Amino acid sequence: MAAVTQAAPERIAPPRRPRVVFKGATVWRWVVLIVAAVYFLLPLWAALRFAGIGAFGSVISQPGFTSSLALSVRLAILTTLITIALMLPTTVYVHLRLPKLRRLLEGITILPIVIPPVVLIVGVLAIAPGFLKGTSWLLALAYVVLAMPFTYRALDAGLRALDLKTIVEASNSLGAGWLSTLWRVLLPNLRTALLSATVLCVALVLGEFTMASLDLYQTFPVWIYVNSQTSGQVSVAASLLALFVTWIFLLGITVLGTRQSRKTGGGEVTLFTVARTETRGN
Amino acid sequence: MAGTVQAPGPVTGPGAPGSEAAADPGPPARLTIPKLLRGLRRAAGVVPFGVYVALFLIAPLVAVAIGAFQGNDGGFTLSNVNAATHGVYLKGFWQSIILSVITSVIPGILGLMVAYAIVKAEGGNLLRQIAITAAGVFANFGGVPLAFIFIATIGSSGLVSQWLTTLGFDPYTHGFTLYSLLGVVIVYLYFQIPLMVLVILPALEGLRPAWREAAENLGARTWDYWRYVGGPVLLPSFLGCVLLLFGSALSAYATTEALTNGTIPLTAIQIGSFLNGNVIAGQENTGKALGLGMVVIIAVAMVIYVAMQRRAAKWLR
Amino acid sequence: MAAAAAVTGSLLLTVGCSSSNSSSGSASGTTGSGTNWATASSAAAGGGMNALVAAAKKEGTLNVITLPANWANYGTIMKDFTAKYGIKINDANPDGSSQDELNAVNQLKGQDRAPDVLDMGTAFAVKGAQQGILAPYKVATWASIPADAKAADGTWFADYGGFVAIGYNSDKVKTPPTSFADLLKPEYKNQVAINGNPTQASAAFSAVFASALANGGSLNDITPGVSYFKKLHTVGNFVPVTASAATMESGQTPIIVWWDYLLASEIGPSVKGLKIVIPSDASYAAYYDQAISKSAPHPAAARLWEEYLYSTTGQNLWLQGEARPIELSTLVKDGTVDQAAYKALPPAPSGNVIFPTQAQQAAAENIVAQQWSSVIG
Repeated sequence: MAAVTQAAPERIAPPRRPRVVFKGATVWRWVVLIVAAVYFLLPLWAALRFAGIGAFGSVISQPGFTSSLALSVRLAILTTLITIALMLPTTVYVHLRLPKLRRLLEGITILPIVIPPVVLIVGVLAIAPGFLKGTSWLLALAYVVLAMPFTYRALDAGLRALDLKTIVEASNSLGAGWLSTLWRVLLPNLRTALLSATVLCVALVLGEFTMASLDLYQTFPVWIYVNSQTSGQVSVAASLLALFVTWIFLLGITVLGTRQSRKTGGGEVTLFTVARTETRGN
Repeated sequence: MAGTVQAPGPVTGPGAPGSEAAADPGPPARLTIPKLLRGLRRAAGVVPFGVYVALFLIAPLVAVAIGAFQGNDGGFTLSNVNAATHGVYLKGFWQSIILSVITSVIPGILGLMVAYAIVKAEGGNLLRQIAITAAGVFANFGGVPLAFIFIATIGSSGLVSQWLTTLGFDPYTHGFTLYSLLGVVIVYLYFQIPLMVLVILPALEGLRPAWREAAENLGARTWDYWRYVGGPVLLPSFLGCVLLLFGSALSAYATTEALTNGTIPLTAIQIGSFLNGNVIAGQENTGKALGLGMVVIIAVAMVIYVAMQRRAAKWLR
Repeated sequence: MAAAAAVTGSLLLTVGCSSSNSSSGSASGTTGSGTNWATASSAAAGGGMNALVAAAKKEGTLNVITLPANWANYGTIMKDFTAKYGIKINDANPDGSSQDELNAVNQLKGQDRAPDVLDMGTAFAVKGAQQGILAPYKVATWASIPADAKAADGTWFADYGGFVAIGYNSDKVKTPPTSFADLLKPEYKNQVAINGNPTQASAAFSAVFASALANGGSLNDITPGVSYFKKLHTVGNFVPVTASAATMESGQTPIIVWWDYLLASEIGPSVKGLKIVIPSDASYAAYYDQAISKSAPHPAAARLWEEYLYSTTGQNLWLQGEARPIELSTLVKDGTVDQAAYKALPPAPSGNVIFPTQAQQAAAENIVAQQWSSVIG
């Protein structure tokens, strides 16, 4: 902690945070953020200049906008739920009980990233039973495989930041069962990682084009492509629109998450909380 | 108030993350039936995952592996693998590895910087929410649309190129071109940096401000803090995230294809021309051999990664 | 092999009968009149055009695949077909390739979503026939299709095609190029592009083949084509980006070498000053092929679609998309051709067009696959 200066006997000066040390760092951080913002936003602006505002209207007015978006949203929600239901208990379990398998788990979860989507969908369609092939749920199951590398990495990073063994042992010693521990102790502590995983899953599904079109479904990205062909400007406007819709959806999830946690009395939930104030007393 | 000193002996509380679980002491080391059953019961927790992986991941992989060694008549042959490891396909592997290493390490570091800046920024939660949701969107943005927005910016008649030309410096007359490896790297940053930001942010949570303050108190400067405290804590997660970026870059092809039309040979593009192209028919097994090659590459990357993690763990101790 | 023999065998049987009442196992496609359209190899064999129309209307849906709306006027064709017969068309995988079409037929067999009809490159049509997944069918105007543009058993038949052409934005390009040799001139610096990767996109591959013919190569030798593009890059004229309407509109690629009909239908609407010219030093043309899936979920609708495409209406609609329908010469002879659309076509080179054989194409593909990366060194 900061040194306490001895003033007059009846008054102790409050501890001062050494602000001078941080100032250079603060400027530097803002520089990083501004450069990043320019790099990411300038190309979008260049594309918007080319497309013109009018092009957006002609994209949205095409039939199928809502139905394809609804399909993509359904798939996104389903994929996210399955992925987390599958990956979270497994990752926690391996971290806790089977640490030797951790490397194997890492290896398995990185594999899907190098399988070409066309190979994956061919393989999935080859082994899937007929009743499943006829629905879009099969696509969701395939998306879970695609999302696996990213979800695992986010959950793993979150778990490494915890002292998992201690927390679980403490919970067990207080009488909680395995499921209760998972739901009431681990989940709140993994809020950051879970939201990161959710963002990655949802954005992945809302942007995935190849496998959906190979499985002959018209999800939102496929619809965007189909309706972007009247002119060059419309095609650029269509892809910008897809970006924007996905972003709004993600923002909605975040805002909902914040409101939910406020209702239950928790602190502000951004997508990522970093312990900034609570641990000063340690 | 003196700073807290780390007491010797077992560390409790927010201690070293990632500590291995202690082995179950149990009965003496004989492979008895109860021990076997207990081992099986322990493994039971991963059965759902195992089943899922077997169905949806291993099965396609096995199909690729089998196809790689199958001739068009169905018999065993090495000709696909032979073709896949010579000529332009060997060049493709090389080029893919180089491109993926560059576009995993550089965005890894840049992404960490951006993530750290986001976490520490004092713009409040709104800024953070916008930045993180934007990262999610950009991490999945690629292919032809991404290529186009960069063509519109730094292509030969792009926005920035025109600005620079009016300022007197036309990058295209000085040898710069977007349609080269350098251009592809610049474009890849657009989805690799956000991906890094998203997967490293949960790990940044493991850096308690208390540690920073304790280190400051012991006289550490910023560099010392990162060298002895922040770095070792983040390194395992950082390496894992870079591995993920490597895989992501290795399998990306639509963007490069749109920018260079295959003049830069990349394995993922070549696989596409065999497996879902409009020109070459009947040589899918060569494409599968190339796919097997990609699996081999990522396996090698995993081995390197594990070796690096071991060294990092030594540093952590 | 056995499958092909069986197909040919059943084809001979059905052709020999005056009316087909074959009842095979497949449930779909059996209409009230008892015709199983899934095995009918012509409208006559199935009981006549009216029966076909009735059966197709009963099925009510048609699954097509990889047909973008602005490709050879397919958008209008599909709308017109639906308006005429009331059959809804599902157009899946719009960005897909010919290989994707074959994959979809194989993997989605038995599903309602599986494609009914296919439109693909000849190499893939041949492959599909070998795999035995195509149904033999001869449209009413079968005789008007040249013999070398169709499979003898009716498993595939050419539909439309075009020439490799140079399209340029006359607002930006002041000196019109007329040949491949022209494109090497310095006034076209940073302007020339093709529509994709020649190892993957058939239009790009054909552009390389055409440039080979223009530079001393032949259908047996495509290497001068690769050298040409290398030279084009060295003098600074070649832009290796995948050209599209957006890249021409934004000024990145004022000159694109592509199929003449795609230049017209995909770029024409957004670039008013577009001019299309077939290079004077090389003429290279290719036709795509139609085929019906043997396991089509809507066999009657599939066959009606083919009859429609090969009717005068269908052929003229392709012509209006500035593609050359396969039966063009017959239409001209019979006077049923759409004169305005016919005049609008870029003047075709005189003489017969020679197409590469499968063997020549395979050899050329391998050369391009190996050498294309040397184009930018």
